[in-house]
Amino acid sequence: MEADSKPKKSGARLCCVCTQNRAALKRPKTLEQICRECFYAVFEEEIHQVILENQLFKPGERIAIGASGGKDSTVLAYVLSELNRRHNYGLDLFLLSVDEGITGYRDDSLETVKRNELQYGLPLKIVSYKDLYGWTMDEIVKMIGLKNNCTFCGVFRRQALDRGAALLKVDKVATGHNADDIAETVLLNILRGDIARLSRCTSIITGEDGPIPRCKPFKYTYEKEIVMYAYFKKLDYFSTECIYSPNAYRGFAREFIKDLERIRPRAILDIIKSGEDFRISTTTKMPEQGTCERCGYISSQKWCKACVLLEGLNRGLPKLGIGRTQGLNSDAKISNGMVIQEESVQEGQLFCTNQVNPEDQFFGFYICKK
Amino acid sequence: MACNSSTCNSSGCYKGYEEEEQPKPNTKAAVNGGNSCQNLCVKCKVNEPVCCGIGGENSRFCKDCFKNNLYGKFKQAVTYNAMITPPDKVLVAFSGGTSSRVVLQFVHEMQYKAQKNYDANKDKSLPVFGVGVAFIDESSTHSFTSLHIEKAIEDIRLIVSNLAPPSKELFVVPIESIFSSDGIDGKERLKELLDAVSDVTGKEDLLIRLRILLLQKIASENGYTRIVLGTCTSRIACHVISATVKGQGYSLSADIQYVDSRWEIPVVLPLRDCPAQELNTLCSLDGSLKIVELLNGPCSGINGLVSSFVKVLQEENPSRECTIVRTAGKLTPFHFNRVPEIHDSNVPSATRRHQKRYTLKPNGSLSSDSFCPICSSPLKKSNFPSSLRSHGNQQNPDLIASACSSCQFQILPKDPSLMEEFLSVLPQQMITKAKHGDQGDFSLLREQIQEFLLSDGENEI
Repeated sequence: MEADSKPKKSGARLCCVCTQNRAALKRPKTLEQICRECFYAVFEEEIHQVILENQLFKPGERIAIGASGGKDSTVLAYVLSELNRRHNYGLDLFLLSVDEGITGYRDDSLETVKRNELQYGLPLKIVSYKDLYGWTMDEIVKMIGLKNNCTFCGVFRRQALDRGAALLKVDKVATGHNADDIAETVLLNILRGDIARLSRCTSIITGEDGPIPRCKPFKYTYEKEIVMYAYFKKLDYFSTECIYSPNAYRGFAREFIKDLERIRPRAILDIIKSGEDFRISTTTKMPEQGTCERCGYISSQKWCKACVLLEGLNRGLPKLGIGRTQGLNSDAKISNGMVIQEESVQEGQLFCTNQVNPEDQFFGFYICKK
Repeated sequence: MACNSSTCNSSGCYKGYEEEEQPKPNTKAAVNGGNSCQNLCVKCKVNEPVCCGIGGENSRFCKDCFKNNLYGKFKQAVTYNAMITPPDKVLVAFSGGTSSRVVLQFVHEMQYKAQKNYDANKDKSLPVFGVGVAFIDESSTHSFTSLHIEKAIEDIRLIVSNLAPPSKELFVVPIESIFSSDGIDGKERLKELLDAVSDVTGKEDLLIRLRILLLQKIASENGYTRIVLGTCTSRIACHVISATVKGQGYSLSADIQYVDSRWEIPVVLPLRDCPAQELNTLCSLDGSLKIVELLNGPCSGINGLVSSFVKVLQEENPSRECTIVRTAGKLTPFHFNRVPEIHDSNVPSATRRHQKRYTLKPNGSLSSDSFCPICSSPLKKSNFPSSLRSHGNQQNPDLIASACSSCQFQILPKDPSLMEEFLSVLPQQMITKAKHGDQGDFSLLREQIQEFLLSDGENEI
């Protein structure tokens, strides 16, 4: 413990890096005691190293930063423009925002992004679900309820980002996914049995063979540290949870990871490491990439997921495209090669299955034959 | 799990491999259609159901069908992976809990049937496999009263003696016998070892390692050729999550297969497809399946957290454990995840063909995997942990540098000055492994060229 001759306040520790200033915080990642200046430095330097080691950017590239107004994207915009200046990445940075049409949540966060545009001097583009798809999330939730709404929003947002990126004519999209997000995704994919996604979800760059590659500079950055950085730097961000999210399955994984971080902070990085190291055979059936017949977006099925979901919405079939084929149980019968839920369908009725069958021309419309 | 689909092709479906045919379904019940099945066992449609499987309302079984369902899964796992063949001597690890009790019971029943066949057979061509039971007494690591543990051991002796004929040898071995010297020395050394590990999870995991090493020791000293563990689906699901959380994603697939031949004596998991819930139900239904309650205390640290997490998931969806295990089952296993080739002519050729056909093909070439000396997990080549930690420890750089990152973090002491002392209390088997850590399959290769090698006492590297 501190010697009693020290004039400083009792319990005051020195920063373990510069040993000059008083330590202002404990780093969530390493539990080191560190002063503010050194924290900024090590935070920014670690991200700079990730960018270099993974060759995320090339000089002269136009980069769209997925900006929601939340802490991750705000800090990403701030740090990227700072590093771009400091280390001469030579990048043209833009802010790209998606308006899902969630009143009380999204309109507030969009105001934050508009302020970021002015604060960081980065041009902003906003794309909205209403313009792209004809539906806002509010309308979607009214129709389908609160159980699968995150599926809709996630699928629509991905495409919206790509559309916006194409409009901006950028070379890459950078998103603010942090270490906690990726660790949650690894766990979720294990829990849900998605081996194909499990092999891809830890990649720092995805979609290289598609129109617009995406990268995640915050892959190894802890969410708590992002919050700390934003707090100390007094960055302007919008900090409320999406009002539709409480029922998301991801919540289970998130709770668990929070508890895990308390016992062993490095566990988050360990999960990511496990995800990278999983022995997944390259001959594991990976989806083949084609294009959607309806809209031309990339897709592994005849229709892209967004089109399937939209069709469901427009026809009043909210379950279309939701869920997976169930494991065989006593309620299921196999008909036309597809597993269906028997009890809801009568003989001769036209019905849709809950999965797009790649062999068929159309997604799962069948006449029931019992 | 019940499977009523006549077109089920699921690889987990036991339907085709039931040993005994169930009585034909009552035609009267069939004519009635859907609703009356609610009051009858879904399998035999004759008896009243008394319990549910994992499928909930859709899998209500009567007592016999429920047991046969579980036994069927066990038998399929044993047959398809050639786990137990006539010349084998099988050591069943018994902890007193429901899974070990059930696996012991099923192994016994299998042996009993084999014995009856042998007695009835005129030419006595197929010998009956032998069965032994091992109980590891960990009371020196907990604060049990000696009365408690003595009573438990008595109960276990009774259980094993009741499982005769054929009779089974019982080994009751204290955990400290892992060290060559036992008695007081062993206890002290064990205490020193566990105290040197500051991380709670590290301590628990180290104890599990010691347990396996001890089972290997007992098996090898007494001529056993297989070790049977009662590890069930639920335990494997927890292991999948906890290995992921500890950064052991590479080696995960090695630990969760039916067969693990990394060790001198292959370890097999015949209850891999049985959920804990069903095993518990079986024990509560069948009064003869007594379990021995040993309050080992709940797991704490990471392992305890993972256990409660999986429990929460199970409550939300009863088939979650199976999904987790199925996902992890899609990871590529290692070349040692199969029983060693059977060259014994006593084994029926059908079994040998079976084994060849159904056990996993080796993953590409026989890679010379090296293993962590502490937890025996295969190490990814590019992941060789930095040798920074061996600074100032020139005497034993091998162990530190060759341990996996998880063991380096949670088991090895952080303070380099304590390393020497730590290494002195580790069991000899682990130290030896470190020195010869890179052997892997080089030993197999070496055997082939042994006669051409000129100098004898050279470096084994």
